[in-house]
Amino acid sequence: MLDDFFMRAMVAGLMLAAVAGPLGCFVIWRRLSYFGDTMAHAALLGVALAVFLQVDMLLGVGAIVALVAVLLVALRRRGTLSADTLLGILSHGALAVGLVMIGFMDDARVDLMALLFGDLLAVDHSDILVIAIIGAGVLVLLWAMWQPLLAATLNHEIAEAEGQRPQLSEMVFVLLIAGVIAVALKIVGALLITALLIIPAAAARWLSRSPEIMAVLAALLGMVGVAGGLWGSLQFDSASGPSIVVCSLLVFMVCISLGALIERRKRG
Amino acid sequence: MQLVSLDDIGVHRSGRWLVRNVSFDIKRGEIVSLIGPNGAGKSTCARVALGVMAANEGRVSRSARLKVGYVPQKLALDWTLPLSVERLMRLTERPSSQQIAAALERTGIAGMEKAPVQGLSGGEFQRALLARALLRSPNLLVLDEPVQGVDYGGELALYDLILQLREELDCGVLMISHDLHVVMAQTDSVVCLNGHVCCRGAPATVSGSQEFQQIFGEQAMASLALYQHNHDHQHLDDGRVVPADAGGCCGENHSHPHQSSKEQDSKERGNA
Repeated sequence: MLDDFFMRAMVAGLMLAAVAGPLGCFVIWRRLSYFGDTMAHAALLGVALAVFLQVDMLLGVGAIVALVAVLLVALRRRGTLSADTLLGILSHGALAVGLVMIGFMDDARVDLMALLFGDLLAVDHSDILVIAIIGAGVLVLLWAMWQPLLAATLNHEIAEAEGQRPQLSEMVFVLLIAGVIAVALKIVGALLITALLIIPAAAARWLSRSPEIMAVLAALLGMVGVAGGLWGSLQFDSASGPSIVVCSLLVFMVCISLGALIERRKRG
Repeated sequence: MQLVSLDDIGVHRSGRWLVRNVSFDIKRGEIVSLIGPNGAGKSTCARVALGVMAANEGRVSRSARLKVGYVPQKLALDWTLPLSVERLMRLTERPSSQQIAAALERTGIAGMEKAPVQGLSGGEFQRALLARALLRSPNLLVLDEPVQGVDYGGELALYDLILQLREELDCGVLMISHDLHVVMAQTDSVVCLNGHVCCRGAPATVSGSQEFQQIFGEQAMASLALYQHNHDHQHLDDGRVVPADAGGCCGENHSHPHQSSKEQDSKERGNA
């Protein structure tokens, strides 16, 4: 079954959505959407460096994204430039440097469109294995640090005053995002990875009463978006990344409507 | 048992000293209140005591067995985080449903377990935060303006509750408050801050002293609507004070007025 390129992409995409959903909840709770975007753009720079240095692509992307994440956290703590200015500089800076570097490489080695928008055909067996391993690792870690991370999200000072270590959980959290971005690059592309994190989580909010329900629902809704998007991509021969995002957007709109409907019924 | 002790601490941020030469300590079963005008460094001192802010000078010692319950002054919650009151109670502890019900009842928001936190009023949210803190059975309660947004009758009940908790848990309480009458009547030790310790001591001795009259008295002792206090010392640009106060009570002839935010408080109370 996995011999079929479509099934390979589907399995990889579904696994990715299952991880991105819960992680994406924290991204929107902590208002880190733009933060995720910056890391995703840095992924492109990672690809360029990996090709240039002739190291494994995943390794290059993972290392650069993790580096940018740590840098962002450290710079934010110093608190001189405002967070959005800082993110804007790093985000577009990394994207531009990556694009310039890729521009110097010959077309046969790097498919820019695939990097930006994802490529269904590019998913092979080893990708599935890597996504399965990293995805499982991310979910286990997220499960283990759910309580402290939630406490740190609610209020950093309460968490710290009450003996938790919010800085540690925050650092682990951004590294988890880095891991997901690194493996998501092939499927949705650098420009749209954040959508996979944010849109299902935001959609789930309308139907959730607890953080835990929202996380599970975000995973499920993300999977719906991936399945629908990949099917559409095959049907209409569209790029896989944008198709997944369009489908997620539809899911999001359905969820808003359902949320409004539930609200109205509650009011009687 | 000594819980936290600040010894001549100073905090320097963004090129200025937020507080300097501050010393006080908190023991079990003792209520210490920090008072002073806006920007006096009350929250800064509380943060240093909590260990979430590092002091640039001086010594902070915190008991190894410290268990803190903290109610911060402000807490911004993103709407995207769906959180019921009950879930908030279980944020860092695992209390049973009965314990939660009891804590909510004590803080005056009985039966609100299922209510989404974002839908609470300011006063209700404050009560919920206090309930959460007490569910931890802390040995140190740190309350930064614990009754803000709470209606007038509720305020007194909450202050009573804080007294009860002190007995029950035998905990130390560090409280930042604008309510001078409460501070004077119900706390064991008062620290008046204005970038440094202006004045410190037990309320009885403090309020009986001539210095206290100068700080809070003059025109406003009875109404407590406003307090003004004048200082016998100058604040240098680097946060130092001359002549140095040795942590005792205020000296004579204060030369700069401290405006309390009492006025603003009563406005907020009116809105609640």
